[in-house]
Amino acid sequence: MLGSFAVLRKQSLLGDAISHAALPGIAIAFLITGAKDTNILLLGALISGLLGTFWIRGITTKTHLKSDTALGLILSLFFGFGMLLLTFIQKQPNANQAGLDKYLFGQAATLVESDVWLMAIVTGICLFVILLFWKEFKLLLFDINYAKTLGFNTKFIDTLITFFIVLAIVLGLQTVGVVLMSAMLLAPAAAARQWTNSLAVMVFLAAVFGAFSGIFGTAISASQNNLSTGPVIVIIATIFVLISFLFSPSRGLLFKQIRILKNRRDLKLNKTLAFMYGIAKTHENISHPHTIKILNNFHGFTKKTLQKLVEKKYVYIVKNMWSLTEKGFKVASNLYNQH
Amino acid sequence: MSNAQIEIQLIASLVAIACAIPGTFLVLRKMAMISDAISHSILPGIVVGFFITQDLNSPLLILLAAFTGIITVVLVEYIQKTGLVKEDTAIGLVFPVLFSIGVILIAKNANDVHLDIDAVLLGELAFAPFDRLLISKTDIGPKSLWVISSILLIIIILLIVFFKELKISTFDAGLAASLGFSPVVLHYGLMTVASVTTVGAFDAVGAILVVALMIAPAAAAYLLTNDLKKMLILAIIFGVFSAISGYWLAHWLDASIAGSITTILGLLFLLVYLFAPNKGVIAVMYREKQQRIEVSLLTFLLHIKNHTEEVERHINHLQEDINWQKIHSKKVLDLAQKNNMIHIQNDIVTLSKKGENFTTKAINYIITNEDSQIENMKKDFFLFRG
Repeated sequence: MLGSFAVLRKQSLLGDAISHAALPGIAIAFLITGAKDTNILLLGALISGLLGTFWIRGITTKTHLKSDTALGLILSLFFGFGMLLLTFIQKQPNANQAGLDKYLFGQAATLVESDVWLMAIVTGICLFVILLFWKEFKLLLFDINYAKTLGFNTKFIDTLITFFIVLAIVLGLQTVGVVLMSAMLLAPAAAARQWTNSLAVMVFLAAVFGAFSGIFGTAISASQNNLSTGPVIVIIATIFVLISFLFSPSRGLLFKQIRILKNRRDLKLNKTLAFMYGIAKTHENISHPHTIKILNNFHGFTKKTLQKLVEKKYVYIVKNMWSLTEKGFKVASNLYNQH
Repeated sequence: MSNAQIEIQLIASLVAIACAIPGTFLVLRKMAMISDAISHSILPGIVVGFFITQDLNSPLLILLAAFTGIITVVLVEYIQKTGLVKEDTAIGLVFPVLFSIGVILIAKNANDVHLDIDAVLLGELAFAPFDRLLISKTDIGPKSLWVISSILLIIIILLIVFFKELKISTFDAGLAASLGFSPVVLHYGLMTVASVTTVGAFDAVGAILVVALMIAPAAAAYLLTNDLKKMLILAIIFGVFSAISGYWLAHWLDASIAGSITTILGLLFLLVYLFAPNKGVIAVMYREKQQRIEVSLLTFLLHIKNHTEEVERHINHLQEDINWQKIHSKKVLDLAQKNNMIHIQNDIVTLSKKGENFTTKAINYIITNEDSQIENMKKDFFLFRG
């Protein structure tokens, strides 16, 4: 759901960066408390994720480095630092440390009931906030300058969106892991984008796609041995994307290709007709028959186009000769006028 | 220092150099995230290679992995070309899929083999010296040392041969195309080099560190210089420095080498980010502040010129009228006085001769908006920065 905002804000890879950047937070939270309380660890992840996000913002606004560099930097540097801390923790004499790395790759199976409740609550809050600030979010997304002139506190709204994206990512980490989190954020939104131009529909569709890939993914991975949940969910989500890319009516590749072919055929048709018109014009009787062979010198001509012309009653054919009909002549002369 | 320690540092430094060179170009071409994508998506290549050869050390593995890296790039470009989504979304879609395929392949088929995701993602430099290359049973050094030095050699040769082409196509793709270098060939060449480097480096240092080593030194160098050659050299120096000091940090903390090298890189970048002379955050903020005061000064001088009434020119009035804070207006007043732009008598401000001249010019420029007018004003303007 929140992914829609990320995709439209051209911050798609933010998810990737944040999910990596959350690692040192988890490690530090563990170092401080010494316990493996999910909530505290998530809080740590949230803080370091936010820190990463704002540093990314700082790099892109204050220096001439581009956003991709900033993302890559934060991602790898935070993650490396997190790794350092994790290996450091492993050497500590604390029996509790095992299992921290489950955050790395995610294990939906290890989720306990309280985690699920936490997720449900956070999802509810997200939904509520999105509905509450719907207008503001939308405005910020599509025309930030307009929002500013209307007197909205754009910085606040911006921070709010970012905060919720980070929150969603951090929660998702447990389920699908660091690497695949970005796909969870992106894929449903990218798929939903293909079907609609309306933000509301897109957000809704993204949520549906996300939920479906979650359900199917879990079901498939549960039915087979040795299949971790995260990757399966991601692959299902990607299949949704692929289908959307191909078959979406207005943007999909398939229909686009069909449209292109149709346009090309129309163009050929018109070219042939125009050529015939050029010949017929020179005769008194427009329906004066000519051999089809003349058309062979002409580039756009195929047997199919001729047939099509006959079907449209622009031309009639007697043996090897073609003649323009009244109707065809009219259409062709109109065609001519336009150019 | 033991033999193994020297070898580890040597490997780390070589990896750092090998990454810094393509990394610089990636950063300049705004494709830094591609390196992240490649480093993840080579996983299926490695897995498939492993199934074919059943040998983790076969060169086929590296080839296949590099090939998947290139497939990633091609896929990303293809998706981007369809215009359905933006480039970054395309990257974000492609690599998790390939990675997932890799993970599933491992989980289904190679569960009992030594080939796990941790090793791929994180690498372990400390073990690198134990994996030795034996030629006719003589020990000629660690295997990864040989792999990475040959990759480095190739990179350096390519860099020297194609330096001019790379430079032009990086900064002006249009010019490069019109001069007859194919930007596409160079682009894919660079991508191939990047994937090969990633693959060659990852089993020594891990995928994430590869990304860090590619981007961080180059980004730090980019903040310090605009010259491509200097940037390359600086990036290499940063990389090697953090590789060696990172090793000692890891030694001291008894933690992961890859992690501590990245941490050093992070600290290094933070330092440069804050203190770089022209483009660092502090320098930028200082400059912005200067400019703000300069603009205030200009507004102030124009205000004085426009008003002859004494009420308007009283010091206290300025604070109310232009809505400035007390300190801010004092600063502006001091600056103006220091530059002999104004006289102050009984708290009434008058423009000096120089001030008159200056404001006339400024108004001229504002009215005509011609660049030639501002050229000689620039000289006056920089006076304020004293």
